[in-house]
Amino acid sequence: MSDTDDPMAINVDVTCPLPRSHDAERITLAYGDGGRLSRNFVREWILSRFRNPALEALGDAAVLKSSGRLAFTTDSYTVTPLFFPGGDIGTLAVCGTVNDLAVSGARPRWLSLALIIEEGLRWETLGRVLDSIQRTANAAGVSVVTGDTKVVPRGCVDQLMMTTSGLGELFGEAPLEASRLQVGDAIIVSGPIGQHGAAILCARDELGFEPAPVSDCACLHVPLMALQQAGLQPRATRDATRGGVAAVLHEWCQANGVAIDLEDDELPASPEVRAVCELLGLDPLFLACEGTFVAAVPPALIDSVLRVLRQHHVSRAATVIGRVVASRSTPVCVRRAAGRQVPLDEPAGSPLPRIC
Amino acid sequence: MCLGVPGRVHRWLDRSELTAEAEIDFGGVRKRCHMACVSQAVEGDFVLVHAGVALAILDPSNCRVDLPMSSDDEPDR
Amino acid sequence: MNLIDDYRNPHRLQERLEVARRLATRRWTIMDVCGGQTHSLLRYGIETALADCMNFIHGPGCPVCVTPAEVIDAAIDLSQRPKVLLTTFGDMLRVPGKTGSLMQARAAGGQIRMVYSPCDAVQLAERHPDLTVIFLAVGFETTAPATALATLQAQARDLKNFAVLAHHVRVEPAMRGVAAAPSAPLSAFLAAGHVCTVTGYESLRSLAADFRLPVVVTGFEPLDLVEGIIGCLEQLESGRAEVENRYARCVRPDGNPDALRLIDRVFAVSHLSWRGFGILPDGGFTFREEYSLFDARRRFGLAPLSTLPADRESSCTAVLMGIIRPPECPLFGVTCTPDAPQGAPMVSSEGACAAYYRYAPPGATTDV
Repeated sequence: MSDTDDPMAINVDVTCPLPRSHDAERITLAYGDGGRLSRNFVREWILSRFRNPALEALGDAAVLKSSGRLAFTTDSYTVTPLFFPGGDIGTLAVCGTVNDLAVSGARPRWLSLALIIEEGLRWETLGRVLDSIQRTANAAGVSVVTGDTKVVPRGCVDQLMMTTSGLGELFGEAPLEASRLQVGDAIIVSGPIGQHGAAILCARDELGFEPAPVSDCACLHVPLMALQQAGLQPRATRDATRGGVAAVLHEWCQANGVAIDLEDDELPASPEVRAVCELLGLDPLFLACEGTFVAAVPPALIDSVLRVLRQHHVSRAATVIGRVVASRSTPVCVRRAAGRQVPLDEPAGSPLPRIC
Repeated sequence: MCLGVPGRVHRWLDRSELTAEAEIDFGGVRKRCHMACVSQAVEGDFVLVHAGVALAILDPSNCRVDLPMSSDDEPDR
Repeated sequence: MNLIDDYRNPHRLQERLEVARRLATRRWTIMDVCGGQTHSLLRYGIETALADCMNFIHGPGCPVCVTPAEVIDAAIDLSQRPKVLLTTFGDMLRVPGKTGSLMQARAAGGQIRMVYSPCDAVQLAERHPDLTVIFLAVGFETTAPATALATLQAQARDLKNFAVLAHHVRVEPAMRGVAAAPSAPLSAFLAAGHVCTVTGYESLRSLAADFRLPVVVTGFEPLDLVEGIIGCLEQLESGRAEVENRYARCVRPDGNPDALRLIDRVFAVSHLSWRGFGILPDGGFTFREEYSLFDARRRFGLAPLSTLPADRESSCTAVLMGIIRPPECPLFGVTCTPDAPQGAPMVSSEGACAAYYRYAPPGATTDV
């Protein structure tokens, strides 16, 4: 919106110590204070992008109608930089919450969107992020039905943080739970691993890789629903976000009292991610994904599951990376060049590039 | 210690003594690296990079010396 | 050929492991002195694959680990001063000093940033003239040329807001110290290939001769490591004790003279303190007088490093010397873990104890 042709903007100039031209470019605390500025903000910046009856009713709560069992999730998003190859904080906030629903066996339907904005953020920056949210939500078929905006003093938050909560309807009879892994199950990943983690690392620390790794940030509900429709029920699915694939596998082992063996030469990673990992001493298994899931699949279903997944763009590179074995003291192992199973650590803290 | 990774000299960018730089290709991904210690490298050479600084020009004739006794296929060059 | 994958070829690796196994008529003890080699030996399962016929000791191979706690403390102190930006390698951020780690210092308001190269810190200094950018420099001879280059670049650009808190160590004195220790059960050294890329290996000849130990310059890929091990075994089985280069594609006898010249321009060899060892004669580098402007120690009036082996980590020293293996330390995996390291070899993922903890955790069966 342009504040200059808005009569309300004149009032802002009276109360706001910032020069007027500054206010036109940057968000001030006044926009989070309720009242007319907030209302204008909602009209001009939110309703203009997210159109649906539940939101447009502008009630204190969105009223929704659902036919079945619901899955409900929430996640907060903060990322530096806000924009990175393959996405931005907005795409992340939609995909992350959509994926949490999808791997739980739910068709994502509704999102809430809570923005916490640092005063001084450029309107243009916010607009780009909101556009991303709109685009990603539309493509995923989810509606933003309620939300909130706060503007906080400079330094209280790094530019922009957001929380999205998501409601989805279960598309199967039962939710997918990570409690039924069995010895012999195959471990499948839906695509190359570590893209998001490598993309953020390179963008944040200005490592100057060309081409830079691109985040895999994407919604995953379509292939997961396709599995359901084909009658192929994985034992468990999980999106491999923080801690990467390694974190998911360790959690599964703990929850199921099993162990997992991976085959090093089966692990899919792009040349960029491999090169970045070689140079920075990182392991793609520990890098975050934002559009890649891990599934445990009974042996009889492996081929059919792979066939269905490979029909969808986001999971076209789905592949088996390992199998579930009986419990032992080292839950996750990787078979590398010497042919021995080598234990894989449980991730602790985000991976740091090393020179040693 | 001392993570060192081989990459191919893609393009020289700066030939000055202290700020010598070239774009190095690591398996399809390129990064600017400091070349002060390998000023005689030519494009196409492989160099070993540590902490952003190229430390050695790899000797192609010795790449196979390091890999003796291959009962099957020789590594193709 | 593929300069990475060909040296990881599983088939060839199996063949060469078998050669190594057949060569060994006795249970020899081989020490690597480079954390990266420790890492590869464990990561690729080479140590496990050969565990039935030889012993491995992971020596003082990790400059992150051997950096004294008081150097970290000094870096934390600097990061909390006004208008200072402290930069360092990612490896150093989680390493605990006596007053916590740089990561914790950053949470408490310290200005700290990770860089990939010391030269990146020089660029930061150029971009932020209002800040003094200090680079915490650690590393062996492999890394010292990068720090020297960064210093010379800063000098050439007349950047007065760049300084280095340097703790560069030299490997050979540490190898000598280990070899001289009466209780060390050492049969041969794998010499660190990337250190030798810079230093060459002529200077190792007296070490091999003085202590009658085979010294084999070895690379970092799985096949490189097995070649290094085979080199050691061939010498041991035939009663030789020589320096041999099995990393010929990178290492020349005289190393890289250009890199050595860079080091020599900026730094002088001096006694230096190693965490877990104490002062080692000629154990590291300090700034030459002409570059004292860039020496953060002088510039900020930091107290000189204590000359005592302040870190009373007797088990750690025993691990670094190869007298005990990490699992033989009573603290290993009990009170000393990568999340709460009590001593040098556990602090970085390249340290002998941390690598053991990662790849052969306590309670793990040896042959999985």
